[in-house]
Amino acid sequence: MTALPTRKLEAFRYTDLRALAAISFGETPVPAALADLPDLGLPRLVFLNGRFSTAHSSALPYLQSFVPPAEESSLPLALINAAQADDGVTIEIPAGVDAGAVLLVSHAAGDAPFAFHPRHRVTLGEAAKLTLIEIAQGSGVYWHNPVTDIALAAGAVLAHYRLQNESREAFHLATIRAEIAADAAYESFTGVLGAKLSRAEFHATLAGPAAHTHVNAAQLLGGAQHGDFTTVVRHQAPNCASRQTVKSVLSGTARGVFQGRIEVDKIAQKTDGYQMNQALLLSPGAEMDIKPELQIFADDVKCSHGATIGALDEEQVFYLRSRGIPEAAARSMLIRAFLSEALEPVTHETAREMFEAAFESWWGTQ
Amino acid sequence: MLEIKNLSARIDDKEILRGVNLVVPDGEIHAIMGPNGAGKSTLSYVLSGRDGYEVTGGEAIYNGRDILALEPEERAAAGIFLAFQYPVELPGVGNANFIRTALNAVRRARGEDELDAVAFLKLARAAIKSLSMPDDMLKRNVNVGFSGGEKKRNEVLQMALLRPGLAILDETDSGLDIDALKIVSEGVNALRSPQFSALVITHYQRLLDYIVPDKVHVLAAGRIVRTGGPELALELEAHGYAGLEAA
Repeated sequence: MTALPTRKLEAFRYTDLRALAAISFGETPVPAALADLPDLGLPRLVFLNGRFSTAHSSALPYLQSFVPPAEESSLPLALINAAQADDGVTIEIPAGVDAGAVLLVSHAAGDAPFAFHPRHRVTLGEAAKLTLIEIAQGSGVYWHNPVTDIALAAGAVLAHYRLQNESREAFHLATIRAEIAADAAYESFTGVLGAKLSRAEFHATLAGPAAHTHVNAAQLLGGAQHGDFTTVVRHQAPNCASRQTVKSVLSGTARGVFQGRIEVDKIAQKTDGYQMNQALLLSPGAEMDIKPELQIFADDVKCSHGATIGALDEEQVFYLRSRGIPEAAARSMLIRAFLSEALEPVTHETAREMFEAAFESWWGTQ
Repeated sequence: MLEIKNLSARIDDKEILRGVNLVVPDGEIHAIMGPNGAGKSTLSYVLSGRDGYEVTGGEAIYNGRDILALEPEERAAAGIFLAFQYPVELPGVGNANFIRTALNAVRRARGEDELDAVAFLKLARAAIKSLSMPDDMLKRNVNVGFSGGEKKRNEVLQMALLRPGLAILDETDSGLDIDALKIVSEGVNALRSPQFSALVITHYQRLLDYIVPDKVHVLAAGRIVRTGGPELALELEAHGYAGLEAA
């Protein structure tokens, strides 16, 4: 098996996986009787301890059977996934079809450490549409190492909303790759609340003219949690636009990482790239590491990036309190306001409510 | 009724208020005038409970309660409202959501029913109309991109909806043109009732042409050095504050 990457690898400079490497993972347990799984009133696909559960899943017309992956990249986590993957969801939406919204739930629970490496594939034909909402949750010690490969044909639109709410003892290392053809749009938002250590690594490739993507995220971390959000957005065609707004709210001794790279090929004239990373540190022990990178080989582009790290503005807190709003509610209101810009691509009402409820309840636990 | 007795306060090691005595009976509007650095804004912040001000002596009793021991939100629930000299911008917080949250927090603290979104909007639209404000003021983020005049009108809108028993207006006239000044003043005058009182803090007599005070106090070097009727404001306008600090 490919070894876990170490901090000597630039892409993992801020995320130390030694705590993961120290665990010996055993057999994946058979899932116990389940508490209520979320369904959001949508067609649902359920993975229990990494295994597709027909019993808990809706019958969907666009599902294909699983085929073991052949990994062509040199990404260490994707290589580990390829060697281990034995299940995953394969969705293919035919050209011109609006498939509505689908919920993908991963639920994990066991008494001893175990690991699972699902390989998901989402393919949209020309002008097809899909909203994919993911929830990852569980209890106990486990390692969830999913890879999601997305291919969008011309004019297709995928809205991809991920809520990472894993066990606080878990490791969640997700790799998401999206190939976006001309006039297609990949609109994503990731909400990070769970896991002891997590990383979401996005590779979004704007491969045809006038393709568009949002790779947004909000990380709300407390205790000693570690959350890494890493993006590589490649502009390989002219007139494409990419937007990344990533917000982190950190309390306790939590540590947030954002590494964002925008690559603009020589051919990708009129590129419009935007990247904004902002962190709120709620305690003196919290830490944020930010590494923006722009690699631009075209000469007629608009690319910007910015980063801010700060505390809640006490003047704003006082203003709200002077109007009668209790202190905890005032702080919660300002945190939600801080996150609101990142939620912009979440146009699906049910998904938005899900994130807002999750963020609201996070504040109650701090 | 507000009774301020021998109130002293400091920021860091700097004494700002040095024994303020003041009584504002219900139904009355009192103006506080004075030169820069006299302690006018400090008085408004100490009364509304902002951090960073240390009360070193005296008390402030409103309707029988010592308000200095209360949290800012408890003072708001008790009926005290501060109209800020520099209203704070809240990016990402919608004005309607903000005002409704505040109104319901205050109603809850007072044991009243909360207002649902529909009932609130009806109330807010009526208030906006009476203050000659644009309708989109509720939809925008709190004070973000507002002109100076719009920010002050937004303070008056909050005041009109929260219906305080005691309003403290901290230089609400600063940065206002004459039309905005009239609208803001009408908003304050509309609240006048036997249960409403106000402390109007201002540099200039101009505001007091529109909000006619029952009494005018002069604050200088942390003390009230003179008290009189509305004519005192005219006298100050004519002769300035020179000589008062020694009084």
